[in-house]
Amino acid sequence: MTPELGHFALILAFVATLMQGVLPLIGAQRSQAQWIALARPAAQTHFLLLAFSFACLAQSFLANDFSVAYVAQNSNTQLPAIYRFAAVWGGHEGSLLLWVLMLSGWGAAVSVTSRQLPEVMVARVLAVLGLVSVGMLAFILFTSNPFARLLPAAAEGSDLNPLLQDPGLVFHPPMLYMGYVGFAVAFAFAIAALISGRLDAAWARWSRPWTTAAWCFLTIGIAMGSWWAYYELGWGGWWFWDPVENASFMPWLAGTALIHSLAITEKRGAFKNWTVLLAIAAFSLSLLGTFLVRSGVLTSVHAFASDPSRGVFILLLLGVVIGSSLALFAWRAPKVSAGGAFALVSRETMLLINNVLLVVATGSVLLGTLYPLLIDALGLGKLSVGPPYFNTVFVPVVVPLLMLIAVGPLARWKQADLRDMARRLRLSFVLALLAGIILPQLMGTWTPMTALGCLLAVWIASSTVFQIVERLKIGGGSAPTSFWGMHLAHFGIAVFVLGVTLVGGYQEEKDVRMQTGDVVSVGGYQLRLLSISAAPGPNYRASVGEFELSKNGRVLKTLHPEKRQYFSSQMPMTEAAIDAGFTRDIYVSLGEPLDQQGAWSVRVYFKPFVDWIWGGCLLMAAGGFLAVFDRRYRLRVKAAASLPASATA
Amino acid sequence: MKPRHKRIALIVGGLASITIAAILVLKALDSNIALYITPSDVIAGKAPHGKAFRMGGLVKQGSIQREGMTTRFAITDTAKEIPVAYTGILPDLFRDGKGAIVQGKLGADGLFSASEVLAKHDENYMPPEAQHAIEQAQKK
Repeated sequence: MTPELGHFALILAFVATLMQGVLPLIGAQRSQAQWIALARPAAQTHFLLLAFSFACLAQSFLANDFSVAYVAQNSNTQLPAIYRFAAVWGGHEGSLLLWVLMLSGWGAAVSVTSRQLPEVMVARVLAVLGLVSVGMLAFILFTSNPFARLLPAAAEGSDLNPLLQDPGLVFHPPMLYMGYVGFAVAFAFAIAALISGRLDAAWARWSRPWTTAAWCFLTIGIAMGSWWAYYELGWGGWWFWDPVENASFMPWLAGTALIHSLAITEKRGAFKNWTVLLAIAAFSLSLLGTFLVRSGVLTSVHAFASDPSRGVFILLLLGVVIGSSLALFAWRAPKVSAGGAFALVSRETMLLINNVLLVVATGSVLLGTLYPLLIDALGLGKLSVGPPYFNTVFVPVVVPLLMLIAVGPLARWKQADLRDMARRLRLSFVLALLAGIILPQLMGTWTPMTALGCLLAVWIASSTVFQIVERLKIGGGSAPTSFWGMHLAHFGIAVFVLGVTLVGGYQEEKDVRMQTGDVVSVGGYQLRLLSISAAPGPNYRASVGEFELSKNGRVLKTLHPEKRQYFSSQMPMTEAAIDAGFTRDIYVSLGEPLDQQGAWSVRVYFKPFVDWIWGGCLLMAAGGFLAVFDRRYRLRVKAAASLPASATA
Repeated sequence: MKPRHKRIALIVGGLASITIAAILVLKALDSNIALYITPSDVIAGKAPHGKAFRMGGLVKQGSIQREGMTTRFAITDTAKEIPVAYTGILPDLFRDGKGAIVQGKLGADGLFSASEVLAKHDENYMPPEAQHAIEQAQKK
């Protein structure tokens, strides 16, 4: 019964979203107040119906209803309850349902918090969101119904992939989807503004907090995915330029460009066309990411949750979204005014360079990701583009971008004073140079790359701190929330860069053969294998190693890496044991038994400052959230709405 | 500086950076691509010399031998097979008779030294490249 109710709610949600997508749009064109007023209730109904449908699917999972095909494929009675719940989005159908649920959630959030916006604008924004949802819901209902029954019902489910039986599954996909789908709001604002022909500073101001919020979720989502890969996949790295990672990284890069370009459009009324294009690009890249991950065209860790035949539909949806929005853009853009003039050295130019670099970075990732697919599709052979490509292309683009983080916020709008900026950056420059010379020496060996990384990190961090101090002196000890947000996010980048540099330059990785009593030393620490014994788990059997971690003869901790054998799928899984610390991680994972003497292959890593990578990402996201809650987005919207002419002047 | 000059400067700067990026990208692509080559093609002498490439296929039944941390096995596309040596820890799903992809260089003695071994994260999943190699071999 529950699955039927869920299915029925899904169909009703489709009807509601059709109303949300079509009627308010027509109403807005014809100025019919009743139809415009439909947008909000339709969006909220749409969300409630989908939430109900989602709850039904979750209930089917929790109740082990293996008469539902999707549940039978992705769950098992032995699976712990928390993973039975998370298994809702462990496969194709459920993750799409999560996708539209998130989309409708963003729509409902817009409908609730947009009281100050003109009704017509809200109607159009919600309608565009509704239309996107129509496409995805049609996809789910016609090709990927999660409630399809299995007759006869399975006696036992075939289990969730053991790789997914991890807390990472509970948080990573919802966060990532929140971000992906959140760019739909920025997209909807851009399209609504294009339709109305009123691309002005007010539009940019309304759109900014939404874009930033989506960006924050995406940042957290990507960081969690990276952390998950680090400890669960047993690879010990934090980024692999895996096509699916790239699929989430491209919208992030485009979204970062969009955040900065929206700042110019809001403050100076310039670059409106460009901002609209970026909004379209960010969401299109999100859809492309969904397509790449869901369609199975990629060989990747995520490939188990895919189905090639369904990829065509998403590709079609992607084509419609990009095609129609670019057509609308071509039709409307020529009417948009150019905005304020600015000098060659100004905040505008800085942000423009930021945008160019970010777009080039996005393009190079896109090329590297799609190139193998393209060559394969043309029948020219099969190949893979590996991390060396991305590192060669990405680093030269990102280095100037990082350099500019310290400089950009110092530049005034319209016309900046180079000499004044140079004076304010002098101390940061000296500190950065010193850091580049000294820090690598302290860590061990000096190499040009680690020197560059340390230099950049200190350059960004110190200039950020100095700017905050300067501002507090002028502002009498206070500054707007968005100011704190920007600098916190920039500081997060410095932390991130330092983490990346130090772990890249000074990590130690060892694959060794170990018997009971053997000691391996790594990064000044010693690991002694005490024992490897068998232990039962809820739905697996494990070999658990006991390692004693010590430094200079002092025992610090015992670590317990596991090798699990899951009953239902017969899949082996490596669970690494990590001693995480502020300045370093010690990482141990079991390989496999090697011979009759009880020796195992063991992987031991020393990862200095690796947690700074994710810490930096969290700081960036925290900065973003601070900026979202800046007072001016809530207070001045009304004034801005009534004064679009003066705002763009 | 006149506004027109400024715009020209911006456009020229933009174009220049895009050109530099494009050159970097093409150079990087050229030197960092790993081609997929089937074991049959390797036997036929189509593998690049002194350059890394990828080879997909099945791990030949009963071919896995361990000597300490080094594992020797053969990758087969059911028609031809290539001996492979790899030092380090193999992925969880690396098994006798299952699909795998190896990346590395071919030595003069015909031994493939793998720097990386990839197996899939699902028991029933076959890497498309391994599938491709087997299909190619069976066509002949």
